[in-house]
Amino acid sequence: MISQDVLQRVLATATRGGAEFAEVFAEDKRSTSAGLDDGRIEQVSSGRDRGAGIRVVSGDTTGFAHTADLSESGLITAAEAAASAARGGGGGVRTVELSRREATKVNTIERDPSDVPKADKVELLRRVDEAARAAGASIVQVSAGYGDSRRRILVANTDGVLAEDEQVRALMRISVVANGDTGMQTGFQSAGQTVGFEMFDTVDVEELARDAARQALTKLSARPAPSGSLPVVIKRGSGGVLFHEACGHGLEADLVAKGASVYRGKAGETVASPLVTLVDDGTMSTEWGAIGIDDEGHPSQYNVLIQDGVLTDYMWDYLRARKEKRAQSGNGRRQSYMHLPMVRMTNTYVLNGTDEPDDIVRSTERGVYVAHLGGGSVNTATGDFVFGMTEAYLIENGEITEPLREGNLIGNGPQVLRDIDMLGNDFAMGNPGTCGKDGQGVPVGDGQPTLRVKALTVGGTAA
Amino acid sequence: MSLQDLADRVVAQARPGEQVEAYVSRGSETDVRVYEGKIEHFVSAQSEGIGIRIIREGRTGFAYAGTLDESAIAEVLGEARDNVEFGTADEWAGLASPDGVDVVPQELWNEALADYATDRKIEQAMELERLTLAADPRIRVDDSNYADAFVETAVATTTGIRRSGRENGCYVSVSTLADDGDETQTGFGFSVGRSPEEFDLEKAAREAADRATRLLGSTKPPSRRTTVVLDPYVTAMFLGVISSTINGEAVAKGRSLFKDRLGETVASPLFTLVDDPTNPEAYTATDIDGEGLAARRNVIIDQGVLQQFVHSSYSARRAGAASTGNAVRGGFKGTPGVGCLALQLRPGTRSQAELIADVQDGVLVQMVSGLHSGVNAISGDFSCGASGLLITNGELGAPVREFTIASTLQRMLLDAVEVGNDVDWLPMHAAGVSLVIRDMTMSGA
Repeated sequence: MISQDVLQRVLATATRGGAEFAEVFAEDKRSTSAGLDDGRIEQVSSGRDRGAGIRVVSGDTTGFAHTADLSESGLITAAEAAASAARGGGGGVRTVELSRREATKVNTIERDPSDVPKADKVELLRRVDEAARAAGASIVQVSAGYGDSRRRILVANTDGVLAEDEQVRALMRISVVANGDTGMQTGFQSAGQTVGFEMFDTVDVEELARDAARQALTKLSARPAPSGSLPVVIKRGSGGVLFHEACGHGLEADLVAKGASVYRGKAGETVASPLVTLVDDGTMSTEWGAIGIDDEGHPSQYNVLIQDGVLTDYMWDYLRARKEKRAQSGNGRRQSYMHLPMVRMTNTYVLNGTDEPDDIVRSTERGVYVAHLGGGSVNTATGDFVFGMTEAYLIENGEITEPLREGNLIGNGPQVLRDIDMLGNDFAMGNPGTCGKDGQGVPVGDGQPTLRVKALTVGGTAA
Repeated sequence: MSLQDLADRVVAQARPGEQVEAYVSRGSETDVRVYEGKIEHFVSAQSEGIGIRIIREGRTGFAYAGTLDESAIAEVLGEARDNVEFGTADEWAGLASPDGVDVVPQELWNEALADYATDRKIEQAMELERLTLAADPRIRVDDSNYADAFVETAVATTTGIRRSGRENGCYVSVSTLADDGDETQTGFGFSVGRSPEEFDLEKAAREAADRATRLLGSTKPPSRRTTVVLDPYVTAMFLGVISSTINGEAVAKGRSLFKDRLGETVASPLFTLVDDPTNPEAYTATDIDGEGLAARRNVIIDQGVLQQFVHSSYSARRAGAASTGNAVRGGFKGTPGVGCLALQLRPGTRSQAELIADVQDGVLVQMVSGLHSGVNAISGDFSCGASGLLITNGELGAPVREFTIASTLQRMLLDAVEVGNDVDWLPMHAAGVSLVIRDMTMSGA
């Protein structure tokens, strides 16, 4: 994207005022999306985002500027703007030797989406529409979105790092509406991987469509969810968002450093049931949150956050690691070249326990079985979080019985981690997610085996 | 070359049988974050881009690029044209045409902000941090921010739309933490303005401190059915949920719970809901919509009776109606959808304190969470996390948190028994006002 000698001159310009660190992050992203709704391919869209963000750190201050102009003069102008924003004192010319750093190999791209005919992409949507509508006469509406992207990034900094990565992703999202005597209900399914179009050799989009339709049809006979505190069993691969919200965000070093996390100062302490081992893993092949390097040029890593209930480490980006004089963990990510990096998760998941999933349900007298979770959010300082259950059932006398209407579950992160009293042996990753923090969205994955939380507040309307 | 000229030049390249729309924008923004009296980051950013939509024989294609480089624009036009091939013909597809409705001029550009010095922007964030820390000894500041944005846009179409304009705005915000022993609670405060002269830093600091400290010592309330009073901020968020049920495109595609209910009573008689982006008091006031038609005042619900849905030219064509000037677009990277621009509930005559005085048993909900995860605007199921103060015999009492309030949207509109007189124009697409809902389920301990 940019030659090495240009990068060196830009970094020298950025630090001419005496700043101790400068970085060039360049990105060239091509994306295609296609939307189906109401039986029609509404639109195929193509996008091109290309530019560079330049960061200059002077003391505790970060200056940042970005440009869509990747020529040397464009980059120099941005470097000067970033340097002046950081207001570095001192002076002197600094030379930077760049050495190439290898990215973690997370996948092999077999079919670059830009080489796949658009007609093939659109055809997937037609199959989704047909399969969902064939699932039942009560299916009244189907919408689906196909998306792919190829994101080439380059990072160079005054610590001598030079790293490049190509991140290719493919995604399918399906929403279905069913109509019945009790009104309308919705179903949703999605699949997304860090791979090329070959994802659809193994992901059966018609099966996804039928599953979305099944959810909507099932909920037509749903009764209002209960109200109050109950045991909650969360199906494998559907509850990773619980950990993402209940503790993942609280383990991000930038929030910890400002005392805005309930997990501050807890390293080495027991913060969860001894059943829980939590990992953040950017190297997990083909998963939605997989990356070769993070957006600061650090190779992705497998990081154990909680081991057998004990908090082992937080997640780190460049700035926080520098301040604590420790290594980065490959968690410095950003939405695009227009954004500053910060500490972000990649693929966050809980390792297998030993319980048989059937036993978990059987040993629950009365509770809620959550088969599909929607989004969630957390207040990291208090640990209070909510997340939505989009497919759930009542558990009565150890059996899954009636479907429930939608609602939020609410709880407190540290409490819920301690309250996990059964953990299954049936680990699965969940749906692709977009994690939002400080206005930036990045792709993340999550996963867990079937588990039980002995008490969570279910926010329904039934007594 | 002006942005309008640029858009015109793209449109002039339309081939016979093609409708072409070019949307061009150029902007800049400043974002300053202060922490412990020092600048944590200073972002100075410029961006520009173009989105081109082409419709031929009812089929639509779209492409964008984040640059206004000549060769990139040619590539975008080619991509959009290529993408047309893969769309399905839609008899209602088409661009907006001028409809003769006059634009109500708005003052969207402020010269004082354009001239405002960088040092003074930093000083605003520093001052807000100082004021917030001084508001209460239990308060820590997580971050204090100043941000502004300037954007210039132009749109042109082969159907005769030709509009350009520029807009700027700024805000300050602060995030707080309040500590008491092992307990920490959080809050935030903000102030928005056409220029920094309009900021009320004192108020932002006080609210940020209050929001965090008032939750110290809060507990989880027992589950029960009760009366809920929504704070203005929460009502504005609630109206944001309602807006998706009156979206003409959702209605046309069978995705609204109000789809067959025009002319029917859907809310209590005191519920009059208006979308009026021509009101200069609205934070989201605007002169034109996302397709270049005049923004206008629309009465959605009049004394409980559903009057109309909001439309873009597309959804209007499908419904056999006229556009209500409610096309919305998020910038050059997408095509317009439909949305409300500046919703307002007609205010009542009494203050929040007077409304509360009439409540025997209830809860004042001051903040909600999870509206994106526990609310389904298609089925109407409503459940969200909440915090606030208990109300007993007309008096505000103990703080409560980590509970949910739940009902259905259909019932909540019918159960709305009173609207306050405390209209607050918030930086959202809806104005805030206190709202009393008589029967919701509170789930807690």
